[in-house]
Amino acid sequence: MSAPVVDVRGVSYAYPGGQPALRGLDLHVHPGERVALLGPNGAGKTTLVLHLNGILTPASGSVSISGLTVSRQSLPEIRRRVGIVFQDPDDQLFMPTVRDDVAFGPANLGLRGSELADRVHEAMTAVDVQALADRPPHHLSFGQRRRVAIATVLAMRPEILVLDEPSSNLDPASRRELADILESLEVTVLMVTHDLPYAAQLCERSVILSDGRVVADGATGLLLRNTDLMGAHRLELPYGFAVPPGPDVA
Amino acid sequence: MGGAVTAHLHIDSTSLVHRLPAHAKLLGLLALVLTVVAIPAGAWGPLAGAVILGAAVLASTRVPARHTLPRLLVDVPFVVFALALPFLARGEEIALGPLRLSAAGLVAGGTLLAKATTGALAGVAFAVTTRPQDLVLALQRLRVPDPLVLIVSFMVRYLSVVGDDLARMRVALVSRGFRPRSPAAWPVLAASAGALFIRTYERGERVHLAMVSRGYAGHLPAVEAPVTEPAHWATALLPTGCALLLLLWAVAP
Repeated sequence: MSAPVVDVRGVSYAYPGGQPALRGLDLHVHPGERVALLGPNGAGKTTLVLHLNGILTPASGSVSISGLTVSRQSLPEIRRRVGIVFQDPDDQLFMPTVRDDVAFGPANLGLRGSELADRVHEAMTAVDVQALADRPPHHLSFGQRRRVAIATVLAMRPEILVLDEPSSNLDPASRRELADILESLEVTVLMVTHDLPYAAQLCERSVILSDGRVVADGATGLLLRNTDLMGAHRLELPYGFAVPPGPDVA
Repeated sequence: MGGAVTAHLHIDSTSLVHRLPAHAKLLGLLALVLTVVAIPAGAWGPLAGAVILGAAVLASTRVPARHTLPRLLVDVPFVVFALALPFLARGEEIALGPLRLSAAGLVAGGTLLAKATTGALAGVAFAVTTRPQDLVLALQRLRVPDPLVLIVSFMVRYLSVVGDDLARMRVALVSRGFRPRSPAAWPVLAASAGALFIRTYERGERVHLAMVSRGYAGHLPAVEAPVTEPAHWATALLPTGCALLLLLWAVAP
């Protein structure tokens, strides 16, 4: 198998109050995969995500991104490789215009002039927001802001796109449009979500995190049909929803 | 609500002033105000000239008066203070009908009125012709320190977000029967302000997290300055030139 994009080994972390958040967690994500990270509130999903780009440092264990270990020296390159799209686009879009915001990351990488402009254009095209380039972010609809937030991260050409609750607060049409866009991207995706149908639609593989540990890792369809496993970790499919039959091999 | 700040100040158009680079306009505004402030008190001819100059600058933006007049309300506190000065100041008094006014107060009040009004006219001319995002870029081009630029930039970006938060909290309070009509309501308003502060603070932390995640290391990416033609500078500094002539007139022996 190819070298993993994400290689998390034995990572433990406790918050300053001493409350353990991650307890010896292992996770591998391989190039081209789309993986859903599922689990109840407080399972440690966000804590894990913040370890991937070195915002948090593990008390023990190690995190590598495409072979590069996360350390103080490697932080700039790690943050290029790991693109995190946060849940609230208002937190992510802080520059006066969409174009400035999409340019923020690559400019921090040292890109200038036409190279920077090309990169911005490429990212905006990927999520179909070119027409919004000169608009201020607060004039956009929520779905547009979510797409721009993804563009701001794509502009850094990440090796893995980490999405925190990508479908939250979207109306059904925006939700479907975003799914179409995510399916069209040729990038490895780790998607943190409570939206189990979205996970079933977009991710062939899912990982269930509970109490700081990986408790299940396999084909999304298989996991979602395992009602005992799901129930044990406070996960439930919405009323009336059944996982459509599909390949059960991740 | 969303976008209220930008919607209230800037008026889109294509006048010459609109097309000037924001940093040239900002420097021009600053130089104009400083020059007008330097005109000595009581030099009525030059001071009247300055007010006419300010009005001419505002007129050159070609923004209709129905947009500019409400914005000129910013001048009201100065007008009130200037009108009060002749009654408040001490010293030699002169009689005006039944009123006894301070001579020094009259001079100080009239001077303040002229200078403040000129500043307000020119300031409004800048505000209606400059988009908030261009103001941020202008500060950056003028080498204002990054932290200050970021503060202004975040204010521009997040004022509407915080305003929306506040509006939602108000709706939630009113929906539960809250009526802010007496001092008994003050503790609730104080608690709301506190909650809003905490929310905004937490948002600040999340924004910082998002910035760091995209490689922010304490410095804004450098802005490539577009070419500012000499004609732009000449136009932006033209009002200052006129004000300098007025100043010369005022101080000439």
